[in-house]
Amino acid sequence: MGDLKLPEIDYGALAPMLILFGVACVGVLLEVFIPRKSRNVVQLTMTLLGVAAALTVLIINRNTRIVTIGGAVAFDGPTIFLQGAILVLGGVSLLLIGERSVEAGGAFVAQAAVVVGSDKDSKQSTGQPGLTEVYPLAAFALGGMLLFVAANDLLTMFVALEVFSLPLYLLCALARRRRLLSQEAALKYFLLGSYASAFFLFGVALLYGYSGGVQLSVIHAAVDNPQHSQLLLYGGLGLVAIGLLFKSALAPFHVWTPDVYQGAPTPITAFMAACTKVAAFGALLRVLYVAFEGVRWDFQPVLGTVAVLTMFVGAVLAVTQTDMKRLLAYSSIANAGYLMVGVLALNDAGLESTMLYLVAYGFSVLAAFAIVSLVRDSEGEATHLSRWAGIGRKSPLLAGVFTLILLAFAGIPLTSGFTAKFAVFGAAYEGGQIWLVVFGVISSMLIAFPYLRVVVLMWQSEPSESTPAVSIPGFLTAAALGIGVLVTIGLGVYPSPLIDLTREASHFVR
Amino acid sequence: MFADFPFLSILTLLPLVGAATVAAIPRAKAELAKMVALIWSLVVLVLSIVMWVAFTVDSSDRFQFHESYSWIHSWGANFTFAADGIALVMLMLIAVLFPVVILASWHDVDQSRRSAPTYFALLLAFEFTMIGVFAAADVFLFYVFFEIMLIPMYFIIGSFGAGQKQYAAVKFFLYSLVGGLFMLAAVIGLWVVGGHTFDFEALVKAGSSINTDTARWLFLGFFVAFAIKAPFFPFHTWLPDSGGAAPAGAAALLVGVMDKVGTFGILRYCLPLFPEASRWFAPAALVLSVIGIIYAALLAVGQNDLKRLVSYTSIAHFGFIGIGIFAFTTQGGTGSVLYMVNHGLATGLLFIVVGMFVARRGSSLVSDFGGAGKLVPSLAGVLFFAGLASLALPGTAPFVSEFLVLLGTFSTHKPYAVIATAGIVLAAAYVLWMIQRTTQGTLNPALDTLPAMRKDLSLREKVVVAPLILLLLVLGFYPKPVTDVINPAVQKTLQDVGTQDPTPTVADGKAGR
Repeated sequence: MGDLKLPEIDYGALAPMLILFGVACVGVLLEVFIPRKSRNVVQLTMTLLGVAAALTVLIINRNTRIVTIGGAVAFDGPTIFLQGAILVLGGVSLLLIGERSVEAGGAFVAQAAVVVGSDKDSKQSTGQPGLTEVYPLAAFALGGMLLFVAANDLLTMFVALEVFSLPLYLLCALARRRRLLSQEAALKYFLLGSYASAFFLFGVALLYGYSGGVQLSVIHAAVDNPQHSQLLLYGGLGLVAIGLLFKSALAPFHVWTPDVYQGAPTPITAFMAACTKVAAFGALLRVLYVAFEGVRWDFQPVLGTVAVLTMFVGAVLAVTQTDMKRLLAYSSIANAGYLMVGVLALNDAGLESTMLYLVAYGFSVLAAFAIVSLVRDSEGEATHLSRWAGIGRKSPLLAGVFTLILLAFAGIPLTSGFTAKFAVFGAAYEGGQIWLVVFGVISSMLIAFPYLRVVVLMWQSEPSESTPAVSIPGFLTAAALGIGVLVTIGLGVYPSPLIDLTREASHFVR
Repeated sequence: MFADFPFLSILTLLPLVGAATVAAIPRAKAELAKMVALIWSLVVLVLSIVMWVAFTVDSSDRFQFHESYSWIHSWGANFTFAADGIALVMLMLIAVLFPVVILASWHDVDQSRRSAPTYFALLLAFEFTMIGVFAAADVFLFYVFFEIMLIPMYFIIGSFGAGQKQYAAVKFFLYSLVGGLFMLAAVIGLWVVGGHTFDFEALVKAGSSINTDTARWLFLGFFVAFAIKAPFFPFHTWLPDSGGAAPAGAAALLVGVMDKVGTFGILRYCLPLFPEASRWFAPAALVLSVIGIIYAALLAVGQNDLKRLVSYTSIAHFGFIGIGIFAFTTQGGTGSVLYMVNHGLATGLLFIVVGMFVARRGSSLVSDFGGAGKLVPSLAGVLFFAGLASLALPGTAPFVSEFLVLLGTFSTHKPYAVIATAGIVLAAAYVLWMIQRTTQGTLNPALDTLPAMRKDLSLREKVVVAPLILLLLVLGFYPKPVTDVINPAVQKTLQDVGTQDPTPTVADGKAGR
């Protein structure tokens, strides 16, 4: 019996994840040692520092290209770019999560089990701080997402999926207002998410049977040189895809999105809309581009149909929504469809444009939810559309910013939304997927209508007595909003630097 | 001596800076905002005149004032500006119309609860997008301006309009956006098949190698966008709503300048980029144009709302421009471009004068007027003149262009020219009947009770209408300076399409005997 050979580990490549998991563990301990009053500041600072440190390490290692720990983690261009995107977007989301001045007590409940309307509940509105476990939970989720986009074998990917999903289920249940909605959202997300994970795992099993390994490169080799029944391959691919499509909120696996986006605390919704999307599409890109490139002609039409369906479901159902958070949820579904168009280009341009789109959309959607968290009355956020009527008269600056974000979602030039849409459609055209471009363009026409309806509502409707006041954003929300808006304009007016970055990062290692 | 001066980029950016400046003026200082906006638009006018002088008419280069700055280099998109004769006359039209409209809109916002600086800032922002769209020589840049022009106009109609303004604004935005997205698909396609460049001249060279079917689809993408913008029948239904709801000054800009982007786009982009497809689609485009001429004119006759009526006349006029373009003759093409200029002046004037009536009466319905000429004779006179110019009476500028268009069309497409001529008769009908019902006949007693209806043209209003009347007369008698600029560009365009003017047969001495 030979010596057991330990796999080589490149700690530099793993450092960002290790830092975040470390921060999360320390954060859990801090809950015990730090007095309740100062927990929020300490936790927020530490998590932000952790994200910054992870980002710094990532930037230092930006030229590393390596597959490490026995082929479990691939540290290549897309990994670095997507991890960077997740960290930056996560950092901005943390600013939103950390906001405590817009509402006394913050957006999170003090204890998940607190009964609505009880003494404990009302105590929080007098200034008692909310739950601070959100920071370690968010750090765990971020760490999981970093691993998810770097995972080079399906089992690691599954572990990462669970690591970032479980904290998110919990975070969804922690809204202070509308507790039932929040808990219902968390339960739905958890149940459906578990099913999706189970599908994913079963798919991994089938693929193991097909190729004799779980590493993406092994599957790639097996696809090129099949030894076993193709049924195992297609079954496995289909089931793995279901798990990933669920996380990316693609139709017909999107039904959880509106409920969860509506029920979750708004900062968490923003976090999910921005970061989870990057992570899910990052993994989808890697799986499709690295492992299954050999059967592209087989899955392209199927996933293309999924993309078209997603775009139209998102666009059409967005028209009928009366709640701002649900409207943004359907808009995020439609955007997932456009992202899929980029993914299905299946060329370098497709990879580049999808990564560009993820960053562009992430910042815009963070700004959008930051604004949603500001429009509120004594009952909390006023998310019903009718409440937004005439808000442009009362607070023109906020309505102006929101209009800009909506125009970006609609893909009007000089906003990041246009740049991103142009990139994905261009890539798809180049990849020969003209039909996706045509359907993408048609659904863009449809989805412009709900956005425009909100613009009309804000500017051209008369403000009524029930039009809520717009809170003055605290420093943290203002910072998050400012960053989101600046990037939205910046990527619209001068996207060259980011396009060049995506171009440098457009090669997977096997 | 001016050849190296970056006219076009400065001309484009100037109104944008102006818009930001005006928007920064507090609401209470409305008069200051108006003055700044007016002076700013006059500066643009002066710069445009200098540019006109600097333009070399008989140069061998079709495009002059060429400027290019790198923008998104990995996509091959640049800030490229260049103007040929067609763009130059359109830029001149814009530069003339904006100060006139700003002066004409002086009191439009006074009664409203909206902020006056915002209105004038939106007008200047609109001027920025307009100049940009005509000055761009990069397809990506053109597309950007083509789309963002919607935003200021949307807010002008939606926030400052009258009547069903929300409905009209949304309809306007969605129609234009739909067209724009068709064009986006075509732009992407063109970019991919044209070798990842957006440079207009490079694409024209690459255009001939595009596969026929692809070129036809791409042509269609561009054409639908332009046909909605122009608008051609059957994509026209947004215009009467928008024209009816927009403030009169903005409506003058809407039909006077913005709609020209459609016909300009066909001439500048559809024809040279997809020559074979242009020839293939020409019969369809001609049919649509002719239907537009007759159909819109008939609808105009039946309108009871002055602003909607003028909008419909405009659709009919765009039919004329359409047949002139797709006749593929130099006369027709030159006539169309000249028509674009003259229509901007004539319909602009008509809208502004109608706006003066509406401001006095508080209603834009024809039936609310009657015999108004007895109360405001000079204003009624100007309306009469604007109407006559609009129906292309000889001696006014539109006559020259309409005549050229029909001449150019007749030489290659006789039936279309003959049917289109019926449009002239209908034009007389809708203009004269409208004037008769509003300013002639017995005085509507309701008008007599309105003090505003007794005020004839004020000094400001005289200053507004005078330059337009003057230009309409001068260009009616002596259009040569303009046609000289337009002609070479049109000839180059037709060369790109690959059609030749028919050789005149009557000149042959024996043919007549």
